[in-house]
Amino acid sequence: MDFTDTPEEAAYREKARAWLIANAPKQGLKPGRDHDGSDLAEARAWQTKKAAAGYAQITWPKEWGGPGGTPIQSVIYAQEEAKFAVNSGYFLIGLGMCIPTVMAFADEETKKRFVGPALRGEEIWCQLFSEPSGGSDAAAARTRAVRDGDEWVINGQKIWTSGAHLSDYGILLARTDIDVPKHKGMTMFWIDMRSPGVEIRPIHQMSGASGFNEVFFTDMRIKDSQRLGPVGDGWKVAIVTLMNERLSVGDIRGLDPAQFLRLAREVTIGGESAARNHAFREKIADWYVQFEGLKHTRMRTITSLSRGQTPGPENSIGKVVAANVAQEMAREAMEMLDQFGIINDPSLAPLAAGFQNQVLATPGNRIAGGTDEIMRNIIAERVLGLPGDVRLDKDVAFKDIPSWR
Amino acid sequence: MNFDFSDEQKQLKNEARRFLQRECGPERVRAILDHPEKAYDKELWTAAAAQGWLGAAIPEQHGGLGLGRLELCALAEELGRALAPIPFGSTIYFLAEAILLAGSETQRAKYLPKIAAGELIGALASSEGPGEPTVASLQASVVGGKLTGAKLPVTDGDIANLAVVLAKENGQPGLFLVHLEGPGVSRKSLQTLDPSRDVAQLTFAGAAAEPLGGAGEGFELLQQILDRAAVLFAFEQVGGADRCLEMSKDYALSRYAFGRPIGSYQAIKHKLADMFIKNELARSNAYYGAWALNAGAPELPTAAAAARVAACDAYWYASKENIQTHGGIGFTWEVDCQLYYRRCRQLALVAGAPRAWKERLVSQLERRNVA
Repeated sequence: MDFTDTPEEAAYREKARAWLIANAPKQGLKPGRDHDGSDLAEARAWQTKKAAAGYAQITWPKEWGGPGGTPIQSVIYAQEEAKFAVNSGYFLIGLGMCIPTVMAFADEETKKRFVGPALRGEEIWCQLFSEPSGGSDAAAARTRAVRDGDEWVINGQKIWTSGAHLSDYGILLARTDIDVPKHKGMTMFWIDMRSPGVEIRPIHQMSGASGFNEVFFTDMRIKDSQRLGPVGDGWKVAIVTLMNERLSVGDIRGLDPAQFLRLAREVTIGGESAARNHAFREKIADWYVQFEGLKHTRMRTITSLSRGQTPGPENSIGKVVAANVAQEMAREAMEMLDQFGIINDPSLAPLAAGFQNQVLATPGNRIAGGTDEIMRNIIAERVLGLPGDVRLDKDVAFKDIPSWR
Repeated sequence: MNFDFSDEQKQLKNEARRFLQRECGPERVRAILDHPEKAYDKELWTAAAAQGWLGAAIPEQHGGLGLGRLELCALAEELGRALAPIPFGSTIYFLAEAILLAGSETQRAKYLPKIAAGELIGALASSEGPGEPTVASLQASVVGGKLTGAKLPVTDGDIANLAVVLAKENGQPGLFLVHLEGPGVSRKSLQTLDPSRDVAQLTFAGAAAEPLGGAGEGFELLQQILDRAAVLFAFEQVGGADRCLEMSKDYALSRYAFGRPIGSYQAIKHKLADMFIKNELARSNAYYGAWALNAGAPELPTAAAAARVAACDAYWYASKENIQTHGGIGFTWEVDCQLYYRRCRQLALVAGAPRAWKERLVSQLERRNVA
């Protein structure tokens, strides 16, 4: 057990830091950045630079344009990059989930066409799984793909598609057979988001931002060569995509307990500094322990990866803990400011209204990428081996499953 | 960077688990619980010494195996999981660590080999009444090398040979080593929430006391000892909490209600998922503490506090919800849930209560923030 860098790791960190100092933009972080596209041009430029220098997708092999680095190097670079005002968020879903799925299931020609441009930030991808009738049940997809010779005709609707409005391509989970049980009748495709028959409508979130979309398909025609994996194997392909998602989400984003403590020094409760208030101090300790616990849990996962082992289930705790701590911390911070806490004008509110924005954004964090409840089911079933819920839909032909429609 | 035990450490841990499964089943814990006249499991204590566990982190020159604190952490987890009714924490985390931290070369040479051989049981005697001891509240005093005062509760006080005692000398708090078999020492067993561990009141009337560390350093040294012990106890707590989760899981799979295993209801599944979450957070914090302890890193005070806070929280949740998952049967004397619930309370208090550790954690963060 060693929480310090080895000489090789220290050398890598030094090299990465030197490169970042020489190349990363210097201006301060923009508050409340919500992938609204306003900084897309600079984000693309940064991604291109990173790819050329071997800092994008550090664990990817040389064959696919990566430097063939280790998971630990990837962590070291991320730790160093986090100190700079850069944004790689637009490319996370594509590089973390879509492209790995393309790499696992597409033919050589398709892989060659898409991997490089995605790596360099030239093309953005989105993941088209969730549907209005599905919610947490991703296998309930109703969007139909009907074969027509060498083509498929797509009709239906996806929802909660992050970044669809900025995306060039997407991977689409569609229903190809309604006469078999739900998990067996789906097929995965990649699609061009600018094809005729695709309509994208942003969803106005309660936070005010619009990071997600509804995507409508009306007689969109795609080639059979755009299929990823065999017909009817869509769910298996989707599992590969979602496994990658589980590795990439779960960081606590936003404000940390130390920032809370600094803010507490500037305000008064009961005639003394809020930083001396024992109720707050106890909460700060509790949050800190959870922050640290997650950080080190992540490192345990990376240690397994770097030893060539399959990571243990410990990483599945990340999202539940991160989203809930962030929400509670933001609430307490607002209340610490007393009446002033209601103000979310960034020019007046402390930390540019970071806590107020966090109160509005965190309900989404507890839902996106698997709700708190689904994550607990996953832990209970896949980690602890408890039985699945009673299922009324598992062995029934898809067309006969009861629905609210 | 590397955030896991090594293969050798895992092997040591696995061997310890197998050994304890054989030698320290629940019936051995109950034998102490049900018989107040038995303070600890002597046979197991002798076996632990024979396994080399007592000397695991004691240097070879003093009769130990000279392994690191990581090995000790691995053993602690297994001892906690097995609820081992032996004075391991008192002797190793408190006494041996105190001597390694503050002992003179003479004291090390005199006591450490006996500890490693299982010939010397230790205890930490700091508390005198409700609440944490403070400079103002401290009554025990040493005059001319003779200790007077009363300490309670002292875990393993009935059976210890040598205690680390917090007392004042010339008005300054210091630590002292006191032989409990010598003249001027009387002991009285105390009734506690966890009778599987021994606790006594020690009364000193002119007992010989040798200084451990410098005059006036008592509270600083005590805190450093507690920092070390907090990490090691955190592993015991993680071991116990993990066992509670296993018990709950096994029961939830085998117990049927309304025609289904109770483990198929989300009310139970989510409860067990929350146990898992807390246990993993506690384990990760304990690992960081283990690294800081083993490396002698300046992060130790923060890491130890975080490890203790997380471990106390996880064990409390796991041990109480383990009873809840079992339902009525879990509330009976016969079922083992109570053993973990009792031990959880004992471990949460023996190295200082979590609330004080939370305060210490935040103070450390403030210090870091200012720096």
